[in-house]
Amino acid sequence: MYRYDVVDKTLVNERVAQFRDQTRRFLAGQLSDDEFRHLRLRNGLYFQRHAPMLRVAIPYGLLSSTQLRALGSIARRYDRGYGHFTTRQNIQYNWPQLERVPDILAELAEVEMHAIQTSGNCIRNTTTDHLAGVTPEELQDPRPWCELIRQWSTFHPEFTYLPRKFKIAVTGTAQDRAASQVHDVGVHIVRGAGGELGFEILAGGGLGRTPIIGQVVREFLPREHLLSYLEAILRVYNLEGRRDNIHKARIKILVKSLGIQEFRRRVETEWELIRDRGGLRVDDAEIARLRGFFNPPAYRRLADSGPPAGKSTAFRAWYRYNTTAHKIPGYRAVYISLKKPSVAPGDITDAQMELVADLADRYSFGEIRVTHTQNLLFADVQQDETFELWQTLEKAGLATPNIGTLTDMICCPGLDFCTLANAGSIDVAKLINDRFDDYDYLYDLGELEIKMSGCMNACGHHHVGHIGILGVDKSGEEWYQITIGGAAGADASLGEVIGPSVRKIDVPETIARLLDVYVERRRADERFLDTVRRLGVKPFKERVYAAPIAA
Amino acid sequence: MPRRLLRDGHLVDDDWSYLGETEKPAPLILTLAQWQSERARWDACDGRLGVVLQPAHRIEVLAPDFSRFELIGLEFSGPSEGRGYSQARLLREHWRFGGELRATGYVRRDQLFFMARCGFNSFELPETDIEHAQAALTTFSNAYQPSNDGGLALRPRHRWPDIPASA
Repeated sequence: MYRYDVVDKTLVNERVAQFRDQTRRFLAGQLSDDEFRHLRLRNGLYFQRHAPMLRVAIPYGLLSSTQLRALGSIARRYDRGYGHFTTRQNIQYNWPQLERVPDILAELAEVEMHAIQTSGNCIRNTTTDHLAGVTPEELQDPRPWCELIRQWSTFHPEFTYLPRKFKIAVTGTAQDRAASQVHDVGVHIVRGAGGELGFEILAGGGLGRTPIIGQVVREFLPREHLLSYLEAILRVYNLEGRRDNIHKARIKILVKSLGIQEFRRRVETEWELIRDRGGLRVDDAEIARLRGFFNPPAYRRLADSGPPAGKSTAFRAWYRYNTTAHKIPGYRAVYISLKKPSVAPGDITDAQMELVADLADRYSFGEIRVTHTQNLLFADVQQDETFELWQTLEKAGLATPNIGTLTDMICCPGLDFCTLANAGSIDVAKLINDRFDDYDYLYDLGELEIKMSGCMNACGHHHVGHIGILGVDKSGEEWYQITIGGAAGADASLGEVIGPSVRKIDVPETIARLLDVYVERRRADERFLDTVRRLGVKPFKERVYAAPIAA
Repeated sequence: MPRRLLRDGHLVDDDWSYLGETEKPAPLILTLAQWQSERARWDACDGRLGVVLQPAHRIEVLAPDFSRFELIGLEFSGPSEGRGYSQARLLREHWRFGGELRATGYVRRDQLFFMARCGFNSFELPETDIEHAQAALTTFSNAYQPSNDGGLALRPRHRWPDIPASA
């Protein structure tokens, strides 16, 4: 993985000093609430319902065991012993004290981490495929490009006060695991006509109040122009994006109002002016240097052995659902499920973080990845060591065999923590887990993505859930609007609302009725999503609202 | 008391006045509306002129008269305003404006590093910030991305053979 040199290290230390001074000035009354808000937000610090919330950047979801250990230590000493992984592959602490945040940042800097641009109207953490570098289907490892974008976007002098936040996702496979089509900019590594690698660039995707699938701005961008093209897009957006209405300020609204052709024309006009100026052209030697940080680890020469034989049903279920294919024979990528039914999705304790760090050292070359579905991943585990790994994970509550199933839900912090939320989401996840606790049934349902947000800001990506759940406030009560048919992958689509919202206690029964229709009418090997696409919303809607749900 | 400024890294008394602020003929800073509505007057004026643009103004409005101005001010309407950063780069990099580029309006020490990198070389700051302004220009000792500020742009690091790895 990327390691800091003296330039990176100095910049992060200077940021700690700057933020320490800003915090001091706020506490001394020299900065107003509003002035400090603009400063702290660009450093990942929110003032939430109960306490400040600090979001720490995990660039493209990649962590070393040393870093994860430090995150665990911080959770124990500065928070209440846990952290929460997010859909941007970052981690959030829900209970730090403002006065101590500069000290947390100083400790993070020690392990080459920071909270720079994890919130605020600036370029956020670039995300990517959590299977980058190990998936067999990849054109090229996207992580060196992510690192290049990370550096270019960090403290970008021109784009630190954008109309609204700006999120970039990069992916190197046709199967899009980074939800790139619902990002402000999606970067797809593709092959050009001559077989050379370059990028397809999408813009204007996004969720929130106005969900939109991104549109192609450029079908093929030669690789040396990546940064100049991004700079052109950002400049057009910074100058022309709306600043008068927070709900219309994302780039998707600009793209929509100009139309993709006019947006493209403006971007390309700007790009023509800057593409050949010094500095922004990506030098092959620089990319080669970055690529060197992501060289494959020292794999052993092994044959594919599959799961160790003669083991329990529980292990075999875990192996089937929580591990996935690896391009190197004899290896698997292993998910560490943070979706134990009794725990809020994405939450992890300090002790679990330290255990996972130790296991990463032992089984996966000391690296851990955060997935945008709020789980962790060991990318490089020997197939013949999966059983021992499972035994340890199982004891620690980290082996719930549910990856890709109904209970592998994406879920925002909701009303329990967030000041924006209209309704709870963690407690709904709990209700769903209580109702759907039969693994035979879950496995029979197959691939199913439930995504839940406590408000229309859509941190839980509900629009692109096969089943989406959106918390709404109805005269002070928490109700939930259900959508079906959304997807975040290569076949991205936005879910359709099935009808009037339902009460919190009725969410599980509503889902059960949707699934009944699926089970009755699915064709062989058809996913829930495919059945919805084939049949449309109508039969699902009819079933849900045919009879009142008994309280 | 004259207005104090940070200009080219030094605290100085402002030698410019805004139209209406003084009886002196020049050097004068105009709003775009003042420039456009009294063209005959300014065409007859031999003195140095400057103009201040609002965030929503397009730089191109100055195009025909570009060489008339020795100073261009860009106003920041509040702590979230960010168009001035792009306007500044357009002025410096596309239009090759070589005069004084001044940040006005909501300008605080926390923004100076970025503003300077975008090409501003003078800053109107409140009294509470002005003494700290020089230090703010060196908040960071390096930068990842090229801008128009020459010395800070990070060269591709593979050309730095002597760069030590972090400990």
